[in-house]
This record gives sequence, structure tokens and C-alpha cells, in this order.
Amino acid sequence: MKPNALAEGIRPGRMEPEALAEGFCDIHPPLTPHEAAVAADRCYFCHDAPCIAACPTEIDIPLFIRQIATGTPEAAAKTIFEQNILGGMCARVCPTETLCEEACVREVAEQDPVEIGRLQRYATDTLMEAGVHPFERAAPTGKRVAVVGAGPAGLACAHRLAMKGHEVVIYDAREKPGGLNEYGIAAYKTVDGFAEREVEWLMQIGGIRLEQGRALGRDVTLGELRQDFDAVFLGMGLGAVNALGLEGEDRSGIDDAVDFIAELRQAEDLARLPVGRDVVVIGGGMTAVDAAVQAKLLGALNVTMVYRRSRARMNASRKEQDHAARRGVKIVTNAVPVAVHGNGAVREVEFEFVEDDLTPTGERFRLPADQVFKAIGQRLEGEGLPEIDRGKIAVTGAGRTSVEGVWAGGDCAAGGDDLTVTAVAQGRDAAEDIHAALGR
Amino acid sequence: MANLATDFLGIKSPNPFWLASAPPTDKEYNVRRAFDAGWGGVVWKTLGLDPAIVNVNGPRYGAVWGPDRRLMGMNNIELITDRPLETNLEEIKAVKRDYPDRAMIVSLMVPCEEEPWAWILKRVEETGADGVELNFGCPHGMSERGMGSAVGQVPEYIEMVTRWCKANTRMPVIVKLTPNVTDIRKPAAAALAGGADAVSLINTVNSITSVDLDLFAPEPTIDGKGAHGGYCGPAVKPIALNMVAEIARTPELSRLPISGIGGITTWRDAAEFLALGAGNVQVCTAAMTYGFKIVQEMISGLSQYLDEKQIALPELVGRAVPNVVDWNALNLNYVTKARIDQDKCIKCGRCYAACEDTSHQAISMSPDRKFEVIDAECVACNLCVNVCPVEDCITMERMAAGEVDPRTGEVVREEYANWTTHPNNPAAAKAAE
Repeated sequence: MKPNALAEGIRPGRMEPEALAEGFCDIHPPLTPHEAAVAADRCYFCHDAPCIAACPTEIDIPLFIRQIATGTPEAAAKTIFEQNILGGMCARVCPTETLCEEACVREVAEQDPVEIGRLQRYATDTLMEAGVHPFERAAPTGKRVAVVGAGPAGLACAHRLAMKGHEVVIYDAREKPGGLNEYGIAAYKTVDGFAEREVEWLMQIGGIRLEQGRALGRDVTLGELRQDFDAVFLGMGLGAVNALGLEGEDRSGIDDAVDFIAELRQAEDLARLPVGRDVVVIGGGMTAVDAAVQAKLLGALNVTMVYRRSRARMNASRKEQDHAARRGVKIVTNAVPVAVHGNGAVREVEFEFVEDDLTPTGERFRLPADQVFKAIGQRLEGEGLPEIDRGKIAVTGAGRTSVEGVWAGGDCAAGGDDLTVTAVAQGRDAAEDIHAALGR
Repeated sequence: MANLATDFLGIKSPNPFWLASAPPTDKEYNVRRAFDAGWGGVVWKTLGLDPAIVNVNGPRYGAVWGPDRRLMGMNNIELITDRPLETNLEEIKAVKRDYPDRAMIVSLMVPCEEEPWAWILKRVEETGADGVELNFGCPHGMSERGMGSAVGQVPEYIEMVTRWCKANTRMPVIVKLTPNVTDIRKPAAAALAGGADAVSLINTVNSITSVDLDLFAPEPTIDGKGAHGGYCGPAVKPIALNMVAEIARTPELSRLPISGIGGITTWRDAAEFLALGAGNVQVCTAAMTYGFKIVQEMISGLSQYLDEKQIALPELVGRAVPNVVDWNALNLNYVTKARIDQDKCIKCGRCYAACEDTSHQAISMSPDRKFEVIDAECVACNLCVNVCPVEDCITMERMAAGEVDPRTGEVVREEYANWTTHPNNPAAAKAAE
């Protein structure tokens, strides 16, 4: 056991390097050609397949699986990329258990769906590893579009616009492009710098310029963009993290889960990344699971995820919850934080059990905590944005905002479900709409 | 447990499962292991005259695969035994001596002259073998030398050679037929005329299993070239069943015992051959795919089936033959409609795609993927049953007499009536008054 394993406080080096490497390796290793052939065999090639309807980007899943089964994963990849240019990332991070694989008729038949996600990865990896970009840019139209945010929505939008021959400039606040793909997803879901490689691969279409470190509102305004470009797409995601609203929330040791995940994703050496001994994660979504599991993998002794409603209401799928439990994360439900205790640094968080409708029960408990991660959602920040609907940019149709010539998609737009794949669909569809509008 | 002991031409074996003449029965080592595993008999791989033939030194087999790379069909370009005749004869004698309760049949193929047939039959008799099988079936290699299917495709040759053999041995003579003919009844009749004690069928079907799309050559490919081979395995079973039935239901041939061969993989396949008139069965590809142990499933499965049916093995033989008829004897008043069991349906929609695109537009699909049969369109073709991935989810249900078929608007009639009396048949015989 490492000397630091049991030490209190937020400190690095709780785990042996081998254990770290094992914990953070690819959670779903790629299928071998033989495994892919066996998995592809199981697809029934359904008519008007339910899996297609369940995919936000409506990938023709039976077709691409048949293409894999007949030995042409390259053609399968093209089928995928035609609908979803980030099909490689989606194959890794989609909660397929609540999307395509939940709809698979073999889930109905034998509670064992075709491994659509892993097959998608097999196909997309094959083509991407060959360095092939299967699309060509149309002749230049002379039109220029600004895209704000180089996350899934912005990248999908930019690629589709570039394909149509438009000139695209992406403004992104961070140092690296990719958005949440690069900064916001558990490391074991996208290993070996895949997010970065995927952006490089996507950029091969040409006609897209990346402007990193340029934030909307700070370095550039929507007014300027509207003036300089023929159209604007807003896909900058959600910048701010919701607060607990508790006294003592500013104590040291209380951090945003998204910052922890981002830091971890960018860390050169995980052995040097500090983590608490007793970690409490507040929230019940994918971000909460990603933070909790990774804290555990870094060597935290006790990790507890506390969610205010029942397990069934968690945004994290049952599969994600089980994954967390398997990794040793304790999940407490129907409890809300009521106080933070400690002297300077956090020492304990006090919770109260609540009914499903959040009515307090009066039953309270305390969890020791030297590190607390808040994962109770994010919100849109910024001024001078188009009309807002319940905290997000209001859109109609394919992402049209209240402002002429301005579209929006991804997490910053109203109506989505905060999934990578949904963001891709919205970015793509907005691009088609922008293209149609520019052609008039 | 049902008694599976079989008497075929007076040759007794503990069960009706024999290994066919092929690589599994090429030598003593294999046959001893086969008998130890439980096989009732073997047909020793075809013997010829010395010097022994040579085989290719590249691949001998090609394959067709189903899902999960299940071997559905195989072809081969292997020839008859490539070992010296004496070696084979010594081994046959030694094995028969040690396994007296098992059937030992020896397959033979020599040039089309009486003298070599007479000579080799005497040599086989000395081994104590129970019978011989005349290989008139191999479609490749030997046929180009005037043997194998070159004999089996000419009824006059079959009759002639069979007669020679019957005149020169006391052993039962089984004539193995090639399926590479237009009408299997003709060679069977020739064998009978020549005095054959039985026929065995089918041998392999002429085939090219696949083409190498890089080399542009048939597979298996030998130095850039490929030759047609003989196709076998599960894929040929329907062809074999029909040929067996054709012989079994022809009155002039019905007394000819049949050893059924062709894609038999499970006890169920074997039972089907028996029901169509085969007195026993021979297996090859299944053993080559899964090993000798499969016979244990065949034995237990057939026993269980016979017990459940409460019939003895001889009662199964030929039991389905009376029900094999020509098309024009089928009852046109038997009206059925497809029924989809909604509890079993997994909503894949394959029945819908098949019916809508390629048949009679007789299945409806609701927005929530409920698939239902439109009786007014359903001709009961059975395609939906065939493409459904769930067993018994779609079934064909008979309409009762007196009901109106919504497709034709006609009342379903009780009595049997076939095409021969149908008003649309220009040659219809007038119904008896």
C-alpha cells in the first residue's frame, strides 16, 4: 500500500502507477475483427429499425452492421459519418443502453442487445486509423459562418457547413478544441487522446479555421460576429456550475466536478493529481458518476455519491450507476446537503433525507469529507444572447434563435438532453438549415 | 430407452448411424476412435487399385458459412484413398476383428471392367467386412478417369457393374448414387435391375463454393486455379431428402433398401431421412465439423423421440412416404392464414419487409410497430414464418369449414379437392356424379 493511501486531506500519489494505469485504461476495449464478426452476425437487419429511431443522429445501424458483417468496415464507417461526423466519440460515450441498444429487438427477445456501440467504434476506428476522411468539400460558396464553441455541436455544424463549401471560423474559449469531449468526459471512456485526434481528423475536410482562446462576450461579441459573418451558430455549451446555496460552500476542498474532470483529462501524470481520502460527490448525472468513479480510481478511500431523489430518477443510466457501484462508489439517494462543516477546509457534509417530492424527513446524517464535488448541473452564462427559455437559448425548428441569422445547438440551446450525440444532431441540422438559408 | 439396433441387409449395427465413406473412415486410427465414440458402422473410404492415387498438396476443402461462421456447406476435391490397398485391407480386417458388433462396409471404385471388380471383391471378402458400397458418385477427379459419377450418370453402366459385383461376391452390395443427374429414379432402377441389395444416396453435388476475389479463382485454390468439387453438409440435405423420397415412393423401387446420406447433422435430420424411407443413415460432414462425439446426441435424441412417439425404429422407417405426393394431389380446400403471436413478437419487422416488398402486402405495421396479418390479402405463402427470427411467433392457422376466406370471398369447404378437378384446369376430370 502506498504510504499516502490512508492519509487525510487532498493529496497526490494514493495509488501505485500500475493500479492507475489499469483503472484508467479503455473501459470498453475495441472489438477484434473476429469479435466484430460475431457481434455483427447477431443483427436481424430489422425493417425500419427501432435502433435507428432511438439514435438522435439516426444512423442507419442495420446497414452499417451488415457492412461490417460483409467485411467492409470502411463502408460502415461512411454510413455512420454521413449522419454523425463524431461517430467515433459517440461510439465511446453514448449511453447506448438508453438509446440504440435499449431499442434493439434482441434486448426485447433475450435481454442481450446487439453491441451497436462497440461495432460503431470498430467501424469508425478502422477508417480513422487508416487516416481516411471520407468526404470532400463542395466548391466554395463565398459565404462565411462563425461557429461559437468547438464542442460536439460546433464541430458537427462546422463540418457540415464546410462540406457544403462555406468558410467556417470556430471561436472557442479553451486552449484545445473538443469541448466536453476533450474536457468533460471520464478519461477511461476516451483514451489515448482520441478527442484531439478526432478533431484533427474532422478538420481534414478543409475550410474550417479554429480560433482557440477566444470566448464569446470576452474576446468577441455576438454583434461583431453577426456583422462579420453571413450566419452565426452558437454551440458554446454551459459555462457556469450551479451552486449548492449553503453556508460554508466557499470552504476549501469544495470543487466543481467539471473542473476536476477537466483537470484530470489534461493531467500529464495521474500520480501527481491530488484527491481526497473521503470524497463526497453531490449529484446524480453522468458528471457525478464520472467524478466519483475517477476519484475512486485515483485512490480515494471512500467515495459517496449523494443524490436528492430516487435511483430511478437519476440522469445517470442504470448501467452507469452499476459501473460506479462496481468501482466501489457508494450511492446514497433521497438526501440533500444542508450544511458544510469544517474549519477553513471542509471536514464533513451534513445531509437530510427527503421524500421523493423533496419533503424533508428530519432524519439527518453526516459524511466525513476532505473533498466535495458539486455535480448538480450547469447553466448558461453570458449577456447579449438571443432570447432565453428556462435558462437556455430558445430555439425553433433546426436551431433558429430569436435573432435573425443566429442559430444555436448543443447544451446551450433549450430542448436537448445534454448528450454528445444530441449536440451532434443539432449542430448538423442547424448547418443544413443555415445552408438552405444562405442559398436563398 | 428405445432400441436403436438396426438390421440393414442382414448387416447388424447397434444403431442406424454409420460414418460415410470419406476422410473420417480413411484409416484404422480414425475408425477405432469412431467406434469407441459410439458409431454403429462405417463405410471405409473408397479403395482402388494400386498404385494409389495422389491427392493435391494444396487445400482440398471449400466452405459456405452461415451466421457465426457455422459451416453450412463444404465441398472437397479429395480423391479416393491415397494409401496402398494392402494397408487398407489389413486395417479393415484388424478393426472388424476387434469390433464384431459394428457394421464394416467397404467402398470400392475400380475401372469399368469385370476383372478388377472381381479381384478386389475377393480381397475385401478376406477381411471379414460385412458388405461393399460401389462408389458411382464422386463428381471430381475420378470421374474424368471413367470412374465415380462417370459410371453413376449412365444407368446402363450402373446395372452392368452391379451385376458383375453380385456375380462375384456373397457380400451385400450397396450402390451409392450421384445426385448429379436429372432423375434419380433412373440410376436407382438400374441398380435394382443389376441386383443391388440397396442404394445409398446422395453422394456430393457438383459445386464451386466461392471465388477468391483477389486471385479471381475458385476456392479451394491451388496455385491460382480451382476445380469443381463435391458439395455436402447441411446445405445439401433438402436435395438429398427429395431424392430419397423419390425412390421410396416409386412403387417399382420401393422394395429397394436405402441408406440415407446428405447433410445429416443432428438426430432430427436422421429421423427425417428414416421417415422418408431410409433404413439407416450415413454421416460425414457433421463429424468432420464437430468430431465423432456428435453421435452421442444423435443416439440420445433419436431414442427420446421414439420413446415419446412410442414407436419402434422400424416403424419410423418410411412413415412419411405415403404423405409425399405430387403437387396436383394437394388439397386446395385447405385454407390457412398467418397468425402473429403478439406476446412472442420482438417487433423486428422482417415479416413486414418480406411481405410488403416481395409478397402480398398482407402484413400491416402500426406506428408503434405492431405487426398484424391482413387476412384479406394473406395467401398463406409462409414467407413471414420463414423469415421470423423467433420460433413459433408466426404460425399458419387453418380456417374452419364454413368460414369465409376474406381474400377470395368464398366459403371454406370441408371436402378434399385438388387441382385435377379444379374448374380452372383445362384438363380437369369431371367430378364423379
